[in-house]
Amino acid sequence: MKYLLQYTYRYCVGIVAFVTLTQTVCAQTESDAIMIPKNYLCVAGMYAHNNWDHYWEGTLKRENLNLGDISSNIYNVGVVYGLSNRINISAFTPYITTKASAGTLRGQRGFQDINLAFKWMAVREQIGRGLLSFHAIASGSIPVGNYQGDYLPFALGSRSKSIAVRGLVNYQIGRFFVAGAGQYIRRDNMTIDRDAYYTTEMHYTNQVALPNATNFLVSAGFRSLLLNVEAIATKYTTLGGFDITRNNMPFPSNRMNATAIGGLVKYMPQTIRGLEFTAGSNYVVAGRNVGQNFQIMGGIDYVFSVKKEKK
Amino acid sequence: MKTRILYISALLSAALFVASCKKDITERNQEFPALAPANIDLNADTWVPILTGASTFTVATPEAITTPNYLADLNEIKSYQKNLTSEQKDIIKYWSAGSVLRWNEILRELVAKHNLPPYQNDDGSYPFPSAANPLAYPLFPFSNPPYAARAYAYVSAAQYDALVQAWKFKKSFNRAAPYKNDVNVQALVPKSDLPAYPSEDAVVAGVTAQMMVLLFPGDLDYIQKKVAEEKLFRLMAGANTRSDWDAGENLGKQVAAVFLARARSDKAGAAIGTQTDWTKFETDAKAAGNTPWISLELPHRPPMLPLFTKVTPLLLPAATVAAIRPAAPYKEGTAEYEKDMQEVMAMSNDHSREHERIVAFWADGVGTTTPPGHWNAIAAEEFVKHNYSEVRWARNLALLNMAEMDAAIVCWDTKYFYFNPRPTQMVAGIKTLTGIPNFPSYISGHATFSGAAATVLGYLVPERATEFMTMANEAGMSRLYGGIHYRNDCTVGLATGVKVGAYAVAKGKADGSN
Repeated sequence: MKYLLQYTYRYCVGIVAFVTLTQTVCAQTESDAIMIPKNYLCVAGMYAHNNWDHYWEGTLKRENLNLGDISSNIYNVGVVYGLSNRINISAFTPYITTKASAGTLRGQRGFQDINLAFKWMAVREQIGRGLLSFHAIASGSIPVGNYQGDYLPFALGSRSKSIAVRGLVNYQIGRFFVAGAGQYIRRDNMTIDRDAYYTTEMHYTNQVALPNATNFLVSAGFRSLLLNVEAIATKYTTLGGFDITRNNMPFPSNRMNATAIGGLVKYMPQTIRGLEFTAGSNYVVAGRNVGQNFQIMGGIDYVFSVKKEKK
Repeated sequence: MKTRILYISALLSAALFVASCKKDITERNQEFPALAPANIDLNADTWVPILTGASTFTVATPEAITTPNYLADLNEIKSYQKNLTSEQKDIIKYWSAGSVLRWNEILRELVAKHNLPPYQNDDGSYPFPSAANPLAYPLFPFSNPPYAARAYAYVSAAQYDALVQAWKFKKSFNRAAPYKNDVNVQALVPKSDLPAYPSEDAVVAGVTAQMMVLLFPGDLDYIQKKVAEEKLFRLMAGANTRSDWDAGENLGKQVAAVFLARARSDKAGAAIGTQTDWTKFETDAKAAGNTPWISLELPHRPPMLPLFTKVTPLLLPAATVAAIRPAAPYKEGTAEYEKDMQEVMAMSNDHSREHERIVAFWADGVGTTTPPGHWNAIAAEEFVKHNYSEVRWARNLALLNMAEMDAAIVCWDTKYFYFNPRPTQMVAGIKTLTGIPNFPSYISGHATFSGAAATVLGYLVPERATEFMTMANEAGMSRLYGGIHYRNDCTVGLATGVKVGAYAVAKGKADGSN
């Protein structure tokens, strides 16, 4: 049992992908290959800081002296529970604050969405010298705060429901692994405070159709009982949406694409079993209608059994 | 057991995935019914037009309904009606809601598209759009609120005049609609006893398209596509023949010429001003012992259309603009000023979600139809319920939009006469819930536009007068909640707007339409 725990759990909480002009939070638990054993609970807290001063207006990269630096702080807390060794469920809710360093526009603060995930390790077998696993992950988000979604770039999120499916393959040989994942995100319409808006044409409604999205990830790294190190590249693409026109404001149904690269380090002191520290960073290297975000994050989590192990 | 739970979960997830996210949206203006006027206003030929009371227009005498040419026109309609595609049926459904209504929506759409402040040059100065080169950046026009108010006004007034003129010819020629002249022509719109020559839809399309040559010269391809689509609609619907249409479109263009001449000489073209003008506002304010307004944008942007104050109003005598200019704003340091300032600072710290909602609902800023456009949408959604004739639609929107244009002139006159700073200029650290418009604070444009609009709409639809004024008040106060205006800017703006609106009401009472 101890072996299984040490070998498999990791990243109870992970990176926060700041992929758009808005804040998108995703707990890494649903994007890695690691499972928590049955009856184990992980309690996690995470902080991330995002900052950008350049953004893509359509494909044109620019700055905005009337906004300066756009920054946000994300405080994410949540739990992951092992329903079985092959099925984990998780719930996370971030509290977010946003602000600009120039101009007068007021930032926002508040709870964003509750992010729920159901992760199933469908395949786990020895292939060649390594261990191959395939995971199917269903996740969804539901707004918890009554925040203003149509207030970019300060909005905490789009204040709409979303549901996603993800397939993830992980292959590990010894202490080295590579992983790849693909995700399809279906997004609900959002309700805005205005009763009309212009995209590429006028719309007389307070409902906004948000484009669905895909999210691809590749990662590779090293895992030991003491330390994990990995490099991650992600590519988030909205399927549809429109470009911000010259000197216009961003809008939630913009086409928002972002390619980011980053790294993650995790330290598990062997003195206190179940305690983990995570630190990471990522940077948007290419984008469209999104900020060129730089993120640093740190997290702490604690994994423990909720049932007494039989001696 | 475990496997079964797994399969059920997977199945449930799949069902949830497909069902949980709504994707269909029905927009309010897609549900407007086909226009079936309660009263066709056959006497509208006697209504008083805005500019064309003494003008002469020519419309060729139509051919008799027994002539080969007219019969050919009918055959064209029947050939369309034989094979209507679903796309053509959609065109009929769209346009049958009303010509004045749809052209008003098209205009609002163009305003929203063009309501974007130009990006600065590398040296920190700002380029201005050029009417002569509308498709070069910055695109012409920058349809900010005064520009938009004037565009709505000229288009609506010209549509109204064109329809009054059309009614004269309709009555004098008295040629019925195709569906009345041939039993084999179906009426795919509600039948009307109104004579069809010249076509009222064509008059509206013709006059509007011609006005766009001045107002939105970079979008004429889109406009002409819409004209062609509406023409096809009238033919397919059996409501007009090709000759009904062509006569109407031609009459519309003639009427537009009168309004274009007026618009080209109303001084709006010089409203941007020059550096000398901009500096003078500043020195005048200092000389009067006041803090002059400065642009809060980076880099500092020249004030928006400061000489719009000099534009010739449509309703008010030009001298009245200064006569109804409200008294000076509270002077710095007075108790009233301090009280208003404290209130703005309190709003800046007030995180009420309801305030955020109100601010966003009425913001009508960059990339929107502007406050006058918002009131056009409110008016249109109300008018749809009343089944007005096309000519009454046009008359009502003309009254509304002439009031909005004159409200813009009076408001801008007040703004630039006092050149009064925004609260955010006076106290650092005030946070706003919406962007700060690039012009002086006193009086609020939103409040002035809304006061004028609610007054006109309250006259047109008396049973909702109180409601409209409540909305106008909320629109005005939204600027205080947003931290970009003092309360006094909003209340005085609203009252000033009401005064301007009264001129439109007086005009409406005397135009013979009642």
